[in-house]
Amino acid sequence: MKLPIYLDYSATTPVDPRVAEKMMQYLTLDGNFGNPASRSHRFGWQAEEAVDIARNDIADLVNADPREIVFTSGATEANNLAIKGIAEFYGKKGKHIITSKTEHKAVLDPCRQLERDGFEVTYLEPDTDGIISVEQVKAALRDDTILVSIMHVNNEIGVIQDIAAIGELCRANKIYFHVDAVQSVGKLPIDLQELKVDLMSFSAHKIYGPKGIGALYVRRKPRIRLEAQMHGGGHERGMRSGTLPTHQIVGMGEAFRIAKLEMAEESDRILALRERLWNGVKDMEEVYINGSMEHRIAGNLNVSFNYVEGESLVMALKDLAVSSGSACTSASLEPSYVLRALGRDDELAHSSIRFSMGRFTTAEEIDYAIEIINKNIGRLREMSPLWDMFKEGIDLSKVEWAHH
Amino acid sequence: MAYSDKVIDHYENPRNVGSFAKDDPTVATGLVGAPACGDVMKLQLKISDTGIIEDAKFKTYGCGSAIASSSLITEWVKGKSLEEAAAIKNTDISAELALPPVKIHCSILAEDAIKAAIDDYKSKKA
Repeated sequence: MKLPIYLDYSATTPVDPRVAEKMMQYLTLDGNFGNPASRSHRFGWQAEEAVDIARNDIADLVNADPREIVFTSGATEANNLAIKGIAEFYGKKGKHIITSKTEHKAVLDPCRQLERDGFEVTYLEPDTDGIISVEQVKAALRDDTILVSIMHVNNEIGVIQDIAAIGELCRANKIYFHVDAVQSVGKLPIDLQELKVDLMSFSAHKIYGPKGIGALYVRRKPRIRLEAQMHGGGHERGMRSGTLPTHQIVGMGEAFRIAKLEMAEESDRILALRERLWNGVKDMEEVYINGSMEHRIAGNLNVSFNYVEGESLVMALKDLAVSSGSACTSASLEPSYVLRALGRDDELAHSSIRFSMGRFTTAEEIDYAIEIINKNIGRLREMSPLWDMFKEGIDLSKVEWAHH
Repeated sequence: MAYSDKVIDHYENPRNVGSFAKDDPTVATGLVGAPACGDVMKLQLKISDTGIIEDAKFKTYGCGSAIASSSLITEWVKGKSLEEAAAIKNTDISAELALPPVKIHCSILAEDAIKAAIDDYKSKKA
C-alpha cells in the first residue's frame, strides 16, 4: 500500500491508463496530430474524425445529440459560458438569475460579476441537509427571471439536487436551466432526453480523463442561444473559438465511454467502500455527517469531528490525502461556505474532512484510513481543553471567551 | 503549510500534556482564546511557596503551531520564578519555532496564557 492514500477524488482523479494510452496516439508526428479544423488534407480529416467520435461518446453518456456538445477548457469555462452567455444574450428579456449558496465558485463568481453588470441574483439557502427544494426555486421566480443555475451534485458534501423537478418548473415558466454536473456525470445516470435541462457543464478530470478539457451541453430543441465569451475562428458553431485540442478531447471521450460501460458496477463498489469507512468512524463520540446521507453520491463522505481543530486534524491525517473544510492557511480562519450555508457552526465547519473515493480506492486503504482516523482523533481530543469541558458537561456556547 | 522541524516535533511529541486539579491552591490556570477563532489554550502551573514554577501542563485546541507554542512554553516556564516567566515574549516563542507570519498569533496566545495563569495565581493568593 502506497502512502499517502489518495482520498480526494472529488478534487481530481488520476487519468485511467486506458485513457492515457489513447491520448498518446494524438500528439506526435507518427500519431494523429492534425488540426481538426484543417479541411484540405487527411491530417485534418483524421483529427476531425477522432473529435467526432469523442463527441459521440460524450453525448452518449448523457443521452444527448453530439451537436449539443461544445468543448471548453474545463468546467469553469463551461459554467462561465453558460451563465454569462445566457445573461448577455437574453439580458433584454430580464435581469434576474436564481442560484444557490452552495454552488461551486465557478458559478457563484460569474453571478457576482453579472451583479456588477446590473443583474440581480437570488442565492437560495439549502436546508440543513444541503438540499434546495423545488418550492424554494418556485418562490424565488420573478417575471424577469431568465436563468436558474443549480448544481447536480455538490463538490464538498456530495448531495444530489432534484434537477428533474427543478427542470420541469423552469420549462413550465420558460426560464433557462443550467446544471453544473461536474461531480455527477459518469457517477449518476443522466438522460438529457428526459431532463428539462437547457445547459449542462462537464469536466473530464473528475472522471479519469485529463485536466484542461470540459464541455458545455447546449440544448438544440428548444434551441438555446448564447453570447460567445471567446471570439476567434468560429469553432464549436461560433460558441467557443479556439483550436480543438484533439488529444484532450479524445481523452475526455474515452473517459466518458468507459464511464458509461462501468458506471453501475463501479458505483456499487464505491458505495460499499464509503459504508465501510463510515462504519469504521461513526462509533466515535461527537462525529457528524455533513449533508444528506440519503441523497448523496456514492464516493463522498464529509464528516465533522467535534472539538478537534481542522488544521491539526489534517496534520494528524498526513498519510491521507483529504480535503479540509477549514481554509486555515491564512491568519483569518475561513470555514467552508458550503457547511456554513447548511447552518453548521464555525467549530464544526472547521473540524470537517471530505473523504472522496474512486476507481482505484481499495478496501485495504479504507481500513488503514479508519485506523489512522481513530488513533489521531483520540490523541487530539486528549490534548483538547474543549473536549475536557464537553466531558465535564460545560456548555461551550455559554462560556465567555476572550475573542482575539 | 510548511512548518519547521521544531513545530512538527512538538506537534507529534507534545511535552507536558495534561491537567492539574483546578482547586489545588498551588495550581494556577490560564485559559485563553476562543473556539470560533480556531484556538483555545489551557496552561496550568504548579507553583511553590517561594514562587517558583515547579511543573506545568497544557491542553490546546488549535492548529499545529498553537499546539507547538503551548508545548514549548511548558518546557520554558519550569524552574522559573513568576517574574521570569512573565518576561517570556511572544517573539521568543515565534523565533524558537520559526513560525510563519500567519501563525504569529499562536505565539501571542501562548504569551497570553502565561500571563493569564499568573493573574489567576495572584487572585487566588489575594
